[in-house]
Amino acid sequence: MAVVSGGTTLIDNGALDAGVPTGSLILLSTQTASSSASLSFTSGIDSTYDSYVFKFIDIHPSADGANLMINFSTDGGSNYNVTKTTTRFYAYNGETSGFTLLGYLTGADLAQSTADQEFIRGIGSDNDQAGVGILHLFNPSSTTYVKHFIGRSSTAQSSDYAEDDYLAGYANTISAINAVRFQMSSGNIDDGIIKMYGVK
Amino acid sequence: MGLISNGTTVFDNGAMASGFGGSMVFVSSATASSSASIEFSLGSYKEYKFFFVNIHPATDNTNLTFNFSTDSGSNYNVTKTSTFFMTYHDESDTSTTLEYHTPSDLAQSTSFQRLCLAVGNGSDESASGSMHLFNPSSTTFVKHWVSDLQAYDASDFTRNDRSAGYANTTSALTNIKFQMSSGNIDAGKILMFGIN
Repeated sequence: MAVVSGGTTLIDNGALDAGVPTGSLILLSTQTASSSASLSFTSGIDSTYDSYVFKFIDIHPSADGANLMINFSTDGGSNYNVTKTTTRFYAYNGETSGFTLLGYLTGADLAQSTADQEFIRGIGSDNDQAGVGILHLFNPSSTTYVKHFIGRSSTAQSSDYAEDDYLAGYANTISAINAVRFQMSSGNIDDGIIKMYGVK
Repeated sequence: MGLISNGTTVFDNGAMASGFGGSMVFVSSATASSSASIEFSLGSYKEYKFFFVNIHPATDNTNLTFNFSTDSGSNYNVTKTSTFFMTYHDESDTSTTLEYHTPSDLAQSTSFQRLCLAVGNGSDESASGSMHLFNPSSTTFVKHWVSDLQAYDASDFTRNDRSAGYANTTSALTNIKFQMSSGNIDAGKILMFGIN
């Protein structure tokens, strides 16, 4: 049975009509870590959306001071080794006042490297410590352009700093990216949630 | 006909009732095709978010810029004061920076504001990112924006450019225009969302 209101079809064949506004940030997938070696999104990254947003909620490492790392795949997750060039900068303030900084994070960026890219940095493994963040990935299915990404994260850092990290760059490939993997630089993702949204 | 469930109106008059659906609502999009500029009309949302997807300039090493109008697009010349800082890193790993970029800010100027610098026009080069514009229809306050764009630039650097500032007017902003500092927007897409 269809639902028609004011001459407009709203529901038909068990689904909302495409013309019904439902919001433009569409939750596609949620993954919850439980002593996980990695969390990978291997489906849903395609030409349906112009951009994708990943949200990181309370990423808690098993190893103190570990970084949450990102890499991309062009073969559905068989290999995570896409060439990337990136920038990194950060700010921090220690719980003991006086330790503050704003600066470029040399050594945390990549230049035409296939290595994992650091995103959430130096996360503490104390019970109450975790990292959060947002990452935008633009037009991953393009076969014309490199794939831009922009991220920002906030960390309860292992040295009891509040750290604000910025990441931007591009995956230097004109092959479509169809999978993304997140893992710690050492140890497991002990706990945390990663959500993937499509923007339409 | 309306659809009422457990006393709550879900649909009426051919639309979903307020309170349903998401808070970020697609308003409009434009796809460039050798376009001199891309313009959007602004309405009464308290916040707008623009997504820039693979903005590709016709001319190498040009800046993506914007300006506002208070007269429905007849003139794009609203006074603005802004900040601009950037970071970049080259593919050869020889140069990095994080710095304030004085040439790209404005101080009570009606000129176009830079969003992203030095975008390359190589076949795989472009710029992507986002911009928030707050309460453009206010007739009380100046109009704030913040932007964050990422580009594959003309010198094979990755660059991340961030501007913020305000349109120093208490007139409502009616339109926004995006254009390159030189030449056309060869390709790319700009999406405009309203946020409830």
